[in-house]
Amino acid sequence: MMKKVHGELPHWVDTALIPAVNLVVALLVAGLVVLIIGENPLEALGILLKGALGSVRGWSYMLYYATNFTFTGLAVAVAFHAGLFNIGGEGQAYVAGLGAALAGLGLEFLPWPIALLIGIMAAMAFGALWGFIPGYLQARRGSHIVITTIMFNFIAASLMVYLINNWFRPAGRMAVESREITHISLVNLLPPSPLNAAVFLAGLAAWFTWYLLWRTRLGYEIRAVGANPEAAVYAGIKPQRVIMITMAISGALAGLMAVNEVLGVHHRLILEFAGGAGFVGIAVALMGRSHPVGVVLAALLFGLLYQGGAELSFAKPAITRDMIVVIQGLVILFMGALEQAFRPVLAAFFFAPEKA
Amino acid sequence: MVSDRPARQDRSAPGASAPPAVELIGIDKRFGPVHANRHVSLAIAKGSIHGIIGENGAGKSTLMSILFGFYAADAGEIRVNGRKVDITSSGDAIAQGIGMVHQHFMLVEPFTVLENVVLGAEGGALIGPALARARGVLERLARDYELDVDPDAIVGTLPVGLQQRVEILKALFKGADVLILDEPTGVLTPNEADHLFHILRGLRDQGKTVIIITHKLNEIMEVTDRVSVMRRGELVATVDTRDTSAAALAELMVGRSVLLEVEKGEGKPGAVVLAVEKLTWRDSKNVARVKDVSFAVRAGEIVGIAGVSGNGQSELLDLIAGLKRPSAGTIRLDGQEIGHLADPARLRDLGVAHVPEDRQARGLIMPFEECESAILGWHDDPALGSALWLDRGKVEGRAAADMAAFDVRPQDCHLKSAKFSGGNQQKIVLAREIGRDPKLLIVGQPTRGVDVGAIEFIPRRLLELRDQGKAILLVSVELDEIRSLSDRILVMFAGEVMGERPPETDERELGLLMAGVQPGDRPEATAS
Repeated sequence: MMKKVHGELPHWVDTALIPAVNLVVALLVAGLVVLIIGENPLEALGILLKGALGSVRGWSYMLYYATNFTFTGLAVAVAFHAGLFNIGGEGQAYVAGLGAALAGLGLEFLPWPIALLIGIMAAMAFGALWGFIPGYLQARRGSHIVITTIMFNFIAASLMVYLINNWFRPAGRMAVESREITHISLVNLLPPSPLNAAVFLAGLAAWFTWYLLWRTRLGYEIRAVGANPEAAVYAGIKPQRVIMITMAISGALAGLMAVNEVLGVHHRLILEFAGGAGFVGIAVALMGRSHPVGVVLAALLFGLLYQGGAELSFAKPAITRDMIVVIQGLVILFMGALEQAFRPVLAAFFFAPEKA
Repeated sequence: MVSDRPARQDRSAPGASAPPAVELIGIDKRFGPVHANRHVSLAIAKGSIHGIIGENGAGKSTLMSILFGFYAADAGEIRVNGRKVDITSSGDAIAQGIGMVHQHFMLVEPFTVLENVVLGAEGGALIGPALARARGVLERLARDYELDVDPDAIVGTLPVGLQQRVEILKALFKGADVLILDEPTGVLTPNEADHLFHILRGLRDQGKTVIIITHKLNEIMEVTDRVSVMRRGELVATVDTRDTSAAALAELMVGRSVLLEVEKGEGKPGAVVLAVEKLTWRDSKNVARVKDVSFAVRAGEIVGIAGVSGNGQSELLDLIAGLKRPSAGTIRLDGQEIGHLADPARLRDLGVAHVPEDRQARGLIMPFEECESAILGWHDDPALGSALWLDRGKVEGRAAADMAAFDVRPQDCHLKSAKFSGGNQQKIVLAREIGRDPKLLIVGQPTRGVDVGAIEFIPRRLLELRDQGKAILLVSVELDEIRSLSDRILVMFAGEVMGERPPETDERELGLLMAGVQPGDRPEATAS
């Protein structure tokens, strides 16, 4: 009720202007940091943009990163709609790699399209399981989802090291990784870049998420539980059931990231292939306001920062890889944590004529 | 009982010389569109027990929160001992000698009594001296006010009554001369409540001033010297307790709505639709909130449940709607036992429609578009799509039809539910619940917080529905509403049905029943 005081801003201000303002401020502060370490911020920005958008290769890398971030971002977004904060995308994606690798290595007797389909589904199933368990613990045992999903990231990390080292590593091989998956793979679109057909899967997943949330009975229940659990109970919805299902769906979406990495890029199960994308997904979902379209756009922005940042640190040794992380952190800070910081200013601007 | 009252009759009339312990002058407070306190002025005499009584949402807690510095008043001033003071935080209030015992205790359960008492008054880096001092003070307080608690007991292990005692000790330790207690007996057993009242009388006799917020009439009658009645943000009366009765207070509390006289034809009751028998529901503390309730509702009649809120009506609605599971007894719909189902979705399919008391918390989902709120509870309706999918066109079609039938304005089903006025929100809920041809309609507070247009429209709709042969159970705290709509009136008090009356019954008689007094008893007996 107190929020009403600020009034309602036009829709486009919330969805477009505020994120844009936040992004500009984040870049300004990042520019200041670049200035402090003695480089020209404008030049740095130029290199960053050119690195991502200036060549086919740059584009392809950006899209490859964005594919991962879309999957993990959607995972976090779906959970948000049910009022759940799924920090466990990283672990869910990691464990999902197990499903993809098992199908890839174990189903060589099947025709490859079928094996590939099973591989994708297995990845989703393993991710779903890794999301479902914290969901179950929350719904039935009251363990907080934030805590359990964080812990499940650690469990996933240890479990995967053990499994890859003891089960998947061929005898006599030094590198801790599985043998190569040759039977199934996603088509590489622009070799040598890692961009592969999983990018289409990401688009499909975004559409699916939108359709699920706004066009199905289950989606209605998910959003009802997230928006007002008491009203959901009044309506006969069982929040515990919805929490468990939502976490499984969330885990399955995060699990698709393993399809991109294991079946599309590395063609083997390797250590730490998720590489933090699960955590970036949180920022992507926040920035994308938990809407699939917003998630895709935010994933593209982070893809750009990743790819452009890599080029930047290559061109300017003073701007190390860590600096890129700082810049990304600033973007997350302004678009996620300080998302509403400029809202009152904009609101004052928009309502000034009415108040007079 | 009333034994100790004559001894303090001189006190209940404030002396001309001493200024009031607390004086509120013209306090006004709004929360957005809600006017929580309307120009409230109140003087509380030093050394008295002053009750503030009113329905939920009448503004009594807001008023005390302003006095204790939780909220800032939009207008008005506060005087303590005749001096104007500025209270902007609970720290300020404590500095002025005002202490508050909240309904939900603010205690650190793993700490000892002593540690809890010094909380916020540790006075330095080392806790030792403060604890030693507190031990001495506690001993003195225990002696003066019969507030015995073992200072070394762990608070979490103490019974609720003793925990409340710790809260009182905390306030006294910080030098409170004015003690505010918010619904102090809500969590207490009757025995513990008696103890509490004894302690409060002791405090008063030692010169402390006590303010009790409650909606329980018999407590007011038992323990206070003066009582103020609040209704819809206004202070409607302040009287000496000995000059009033529970029934008179009940009448003041429930008040008059602006409901117009509705044309009500003769009812034609048919077969029994809802049969409730010996229904009991206990809360998690094993306190029976609904006790042995039996009644029936027939097709084509409206049965109204009157009562001061908090006497089990809300729980009764929840039980029939399947939101709570009965502890004992049966609920039958057309002869079929439904109490054990405790499944709102199943009950809806069986023909139970439920207009909840709080439409904003339950009836609608505020951030949803109107057309989505319009299918809340019906999102599984096969008519709205296929097995898994909701057909957007059909959802919007139904919402639009409902809006037209109930004249919901603005007629835009894409608008967020929160953007509609109270009356229009209520119409959305009613349209949804009535529209699917239920056998039984249970309605809580149908016109609470709705605008004048809807206040005529909604009762008329309910009567139409009755004449179509639906069974309707109506719960309302508005006595006029109950009397003008019901064919029969049941009065609830303390979880029990006190009796059944025809709608023509005198308000005074209903007021007595609402205060828990059976006709024939003398009204004074409520003090016991």
